[in-house]
Amino acid sequence: MQISGAQMVIEALIAEGVTTVFGYPGGAIMNVYDEIYKQDGFEHILTRHEQAAVHAAEGYSKASGKVGVAMITSGPGFTNAVTGLADAYMDSIPLVVISGQVPMSLIGTDAFQEIDAVGISRSCTKHNYLVTDAKDLPRILKEAFYIAASGRPGPVHVDIPKDVTAQIEEFNYDIELDLETYKPHVKGNPRQIKKAIEAISKAKRPVFYLGGGIINANAAYEVRDLVHRTGIPAVETFMARGVLPHDDELLIGMLGMHGSYASNMAMSETDLVIALGARFDDRVTGKLSEFAKNAGVIHVDIDPASISKLVNADFPIVGDVKNVVVDMLEQADRINSNHYESWRETVSNFDELHPLTFHEDSDRIKPQWVVKRVGELLGDNANISTDVGQHQMWAGQFYPFTRPRQFISSGGLGTMGFGFPAAMGVKSASPEKTSINFTGDGSILMNCQELMTAVEKKLPVINIILNNNYLGMVRQWQTLFYDKRHSETDLSVQPDFVKLAEAFGGIGYRVNTKEEFDAALKDAVEKDIVAFIEVIVHRLENVMPMVPSGGSLFNMMLLEKKETK
Amino acid sequence: MTENSERRVVSVIVRNEASVLSRITDLFSGRGYNITSLTVAPIPESRYSRLTIVTSGSVRVIEQITKQLHKLIPVLRVYEHADLVEKEMAMVKFPITENLSDISTLCEAYNGKIVNVGENIIIAMVADEPKRIDNFLAVIKRYNPKEIVRSGSVALER
Repeated sequence: MQISGAQMVIEALIAEGVTTVFGYPGGAIMNVYDEIYKQDGFEHILTRHEQAAVHAAEGYSKASGKVGVAMITSGPGFTNAVTGLADAYMDSIPLVVISGQVPMSLIGTDAFQEIDAVGISRSCTKHNYLVTDAKDLPRILKEAFYIAASGRPGPVHVDIPKDVTAQIEEFNYDIELDLETYKPHVKGNPRQIKKAIEAISKAKRPVFYLGGGIINANAAYEVRDLVHRTGIPAVETFMARGVLPHDDELLIGMLGMHGSYASNMAMSETDLVIALGARFDDRVTGKLSEFAKNAGVIHVDIDPASISKLVNADFPIVGDVKNVVVDMLEQADRINSNHYESWRETVSNFDELHPLTFHEDSDRIKPQWVVKRVGELLGDNANISTDVGQHQMWAGQFYPFTRPRQFISSGGLGTMGFGFPAAMGVKSASPEKTSINFTGDGSILMNCQELMTAVEKKLPVINIILNNNYLGMVRQWQTLFYDKRHSETDLSVQPDFVKLAEAFGGIGYRVNTKEEFDAALKDAVEKDIVAFIEVIVHRLENVMPMVPSGGSLFNMMLLEKKETK
Repeated sequence: MTENSERRVVSVIVRNEASVLSRITDLFSGRGYNITSLTVAPIPESRYSRLTIVTSGSVRVIEQITKQLHKLIPVLRVYEHADLVEKEMAMVKFPITENLSDISTLCEAYNGKIVNVGENIIIAMVADEPKRIDNFLAVIKRYNPKEIVRSGSVALER
């Protein structure tokens, strides 16, 4: 079939089973948008900023497990999207991002809206392509989807010059991929797995260290099985929230900078770390030389470069975590869960000593209460997104997660402005669940224009703005480490968030009391339109406990026993 | 990194395609690795090219370099050489007024010769192990070299 490059893009997206594309048109991508107008194979959601298009595609991908697709134009359209690419790269989210480019004849001439897009995206994508001939387009798009989703997932960027989208060529998508140089290693080495099982059976104080890779690999239920069969306590990273249900008795909690005391102590006292799809991020390990100092390390990861990058692995296992865990389950009989009885007791004593909690305040709502309350009211029925800052950590700490893909947050890059557009993507992938975005008075302004998208496309995201009139996380560090010099973090001058939501046709609530909050949330869920619930919270609340940057996990700043108000 | 830094030669087999060299050099600059020298040329009768990169770093850094290189999509293979034959070429421009027989004899000791003679200058070339090239370049200083070019290393596993 002889069709244009632009039509090839449409045909390829439909062949890949894409149902939703997030994007923003412009000069260089107009040929493709003309074809989008003519087709009905997928829905296009017009965001109001290219960054939001990519974040929405990320949310869509995280919630659905499918490849997210975003489309943008050249120049500023592309540069606006770069933050999204970098975010997806850090959190291993499979995306195909298609950008327009100036015509081939103008490349290199500083043409209008020209930028070296592949040059910029090279360092923040898993792979990228500049398409120079429409004959290559079917193969490149097919490779792009395959590379994005396979191995360690990540974003793939395809840059298409305008004349290539107009070029007419034969289209055949039924082609064999020839990727001799790209063969992800998905099956774990049986000998290594056997050795790992042996090490586990001999360990006295082993700990599962569960990472976000488990969710990417759709391995959460197999991991739950393995944890229960072995009776070994588990800690989750921020990105792994929901792998184990919040009330699982073997779940110690979240570890790292704002992890629970028990998790960080267990990690410090363990004699064997069993890392599954986790990458020993600095926010998790604290001071590296003190991290799990006396422990052996089993490290299962699809990405060989993640293994022994920061912490030396005694038992490296390269493979898809699902395959490896299934293989481990077959040998799990060799592990006697009674063996770890006293260790489990030690761990639960840690938790009793310093449980993860907060102090209520009679005057002002505490932000942690809001997170807990949403959990009580919506629980499993909500998908949770967050922006970046204090509210993000509180969401990770206090929301009662029950399933994988319930929690969507910018973990690696820490992108403020991620939450709202991501929550729209989550809502479009998972319309039956309430889509909540926990955000702050700082973050929400970084993509609040998406109110328009949410109204137009009926994506009723409920944004819960924990308003402390501060750029709270930076303020917290300034309080603790910069002698209370709150440099440029006081956000006392603010918009009227209620009117802001209403100006776009959404609904806004300002909440000062717990009763008002309950009523507002109930109303927002019922009204089923995009909402801002602005909760006036305690201004100077800190995220606790905390491992100061570069400190050791066992040296946490803890919640004061009786808070001074 | 407090660990000891050591010199390493890494060979990388990559697909001949646009921007593959930038992918490699971006990786080095982006992750703060060193490149001492880099050579690249197509492998005859194949769709691949071979890069020889001389780098330095701790054992952990070198391991990361090879892993990160391998992660790049167009990279077929990465060799971190232990036992190898390594050669480098250098060309030097001398004024014709210098002692040509001295220069010629020196070149011979380093697998080279005078390869071009002009009205005012001569060009000599040598090909040897990089360390010996260092020696050669130190020795010929007294003959007032006008211009020196080194090719960077190429290497093969024994």
